[in-house]
Amino acid sequence: MFKKILIANRGEIAVRVLRACRELGITSVAVYSEVDRAALHVRMADEAYPIGRAAAAESYLNIPKLLEVAKRSGAEAIHPGYGFLSENPKFARACSEAGVKFIGPTASSMEMMGSKTRARQHMERVGVPFVPGTARGLQSLDEAMRAASDIGFPIMLKAAAGGGGKGMRLVHAPGELKSALDSARSEAERAFGDDEVYIEKAILNPRHIEMQVLADEQGNTVWLGERECSLQRRHQKVLEEGPSPIVDSEMRRRMGEVAVRVAKAANYCNAGTIEFLVDQQKNFYFLEMNTRLQVEHPITELITGLDLVHLQIRIATGEKLPFTQDEIKIRGHAMECRIYAEDPDNNYFPSPGKITLLLSPAGPGIRRDSGMYEGWTVPIDYDALLAKLIGYGSDRKQSIGRLRRALNEYFVGGIKTNISLFRRILDDSEFQAGNVDTGFLDRLLAHPLAHAEQDGRGPEIAAIAAGLFAMLESSPPVAGQSNGPARIATKQSTGGWKAAARTDALR
Amino acid sequence: MQFDVTINGHKHKLELESAEHGWHCKLDGQSVPLDAVLAGRDVLSLLIDRKAYEIKRERTATDTHLWVGPVRYAVELTDPRSLRARKAAAGADRGTVKLVAPMPGKIVRVLAVEKSEVEAGQGILVVEAMKMQNELKSPKKGVVQRIMASEGAAVNAGDVLAVVE
Repeated sequence: MFKKILIANRGEIAVRVLRACRELGITSVAVYSEVDRAALHVRMADEAYPIGRAAAAESYLNIPKLLEVAKRSGAEAIHPGYGFLSENPKFARACSEAGVKFIGPTASSMEMMGSKTRARQHMERVGVPFVPGTARGLQSLDEAMRAASDIGFPIMLKAAAGGGGKGMRLVHAPGELKSALDSARSEAERAFGDDEVYIEKAILNPRHIEMQVLADEQGNTVWLGERECSLQRRHQKVLEEGPSPIVDSEMRRRMGEVAVRVAKAANYCNAGTIEFLVDQQKNFYFLEMNTRLQVEHPITELITGLDLVHLQIRIATGEKLPFTQDEIKIRGHAMECRIYAEDPDNNYFPSPGKITLLLSPAGPGIRRDSGMYEGWTVPIDYDALLAKLIGYGSDRKQSIGRLRRALNEYFVGGIKTNISLFRRILDDSEFQAGNVDTGFLDRLLAHPLAHAEQDGRGPEIAAIAAGLFAMLESSPPVAGQSNGPARIATKQSTGGWKAAARTDALR
Repeated sequence: MQFDVTINGHKHKLELESAEHGWHCKLDGQSVPLDAVLAGRDVLSLLIDRKAYEIKRERTATDTHLWVGPVRYAVELTDPRSLRARKAAAGADRGTVKLVAPMPGKIVRVLAVEKSEVEAGQGILVVEAMKMQNELKSPKKGVVQRIMASEGAAVNAGDVLAVVE
């Protein structure tokens, strides 16, 4: 087993990984940029090294710096988390050359799956179902026109080099194709440095369902159940759940087997996720493979009872998978909210700043993976994910109930968060019925927020509370301390002076 | 003690006095039986008619907000007898509103022109930060007195970007 692991990441995932290290008796090494000195992952780690200025390119994406820290600290392995360098084959290769074990797949697996067109080409050979489209980047407008009419409109133009909605255009008619192609290319070039664009049939209102896989270095590969990730805003996931409300055990087995076939064709090892689009007839199509641990991995951990980060570390030491496919059981239901520092009343504009008050939920079925704490200043330089709140229950209804309850306990003061968005989602009847697709959130947000039935006395209560705060904080009796009523400073100090005067007079 | 409390723009008169067991409280002339303790610097446990409320406070240099359940209220509290309060009420230029940069970023577009009339909700500037663009809107109908920033300028959080009267 490794004695020391460097965690090449920050925020909630760095905390999650270092907790796994603690549990396995492994020394954790954290890295931090200048604005992350007071971050939670630095506070909690066993060792911590500075790696430069705030900009990710100078710190968390800086391969030579990270390897230098690995060398200096004596870390034997590096866990890349998600995002940053987790799917960067150059980094995986550099670790290998430096004699540091990269906890994840090999560089060549990453390369094969990293380009969506290359992934398609490989997967077509192993009989993986695809959304009809081109496996190669479009070379010209003519080629795009021909492909589009073969496939049939509406079609989707997509960037080969990346996702997150960048370089994607939905095209309804031939007349729109040229301008869509031009703008998709330039957006892809700006976002990924690669303007390669390919074409796919547009599936209307699809579900996004992904399958977790795990493979050891001997090639034993298993699937661990699916996650439904259809709730997205601007192609960013917002709320995920597992199992999917529409996947029965038979469909799960078929999707799992395809996922394992994909992983094996990529010579995959360690944790990965195969993403599928599912149409309204429950046909599933390979979308892409994510060659890393994902943000929403806690969902799979809760419904399988497995610790994926423990398993990642153990696989990286060469250990064989400690279970077979038959031994994996899916039990209960889990649902995750991604809590972001953004303002739902202002188009989700990022909301960095100091967290002045943090009241965190707990209780049955609640898991909270968080990188924030009271008094911490959320930096502007990185992704605004603060925490993940996951509700687990014996069925979907219970997991929703627990999550709803926990969201009401969650209070983040001093910055704006998207917590109120989740209340809206969980209260929605279509959501409760499991009728979701990738257009769900846009449709929900298009409706103006119906003003909730409030306690009509809200403003009066606020008024009274305002006065009480003012009076109580001059002499703060804390709950449980004083037996009598709260005394106000003026009265106390008057009493004090009088008492002193009397004492003096008696001398 | 007596207070003038403004909640989301509405004024109330509050009387609060600590008593033997609990508080004497009158809001706008009506007696309210209550009990309260501070549970933290910004958390108040308030019991009114046996209903329990956990009130959270958010304070910045310029304003205070209180949360009652999931609803956030803007709060202003003054002791009407204090000299400071009387001076402030007399001198406040209530009509002028400043548009402030909510975070560090860059002005990518100026949408309005100085001295022009704008409607409430009309876009004045577009600020780019954290790879996203955001339109800063005028909170009221009025006239754009000044626009302090120009296209391409870098701004810091708190910088006044425009003044609308």
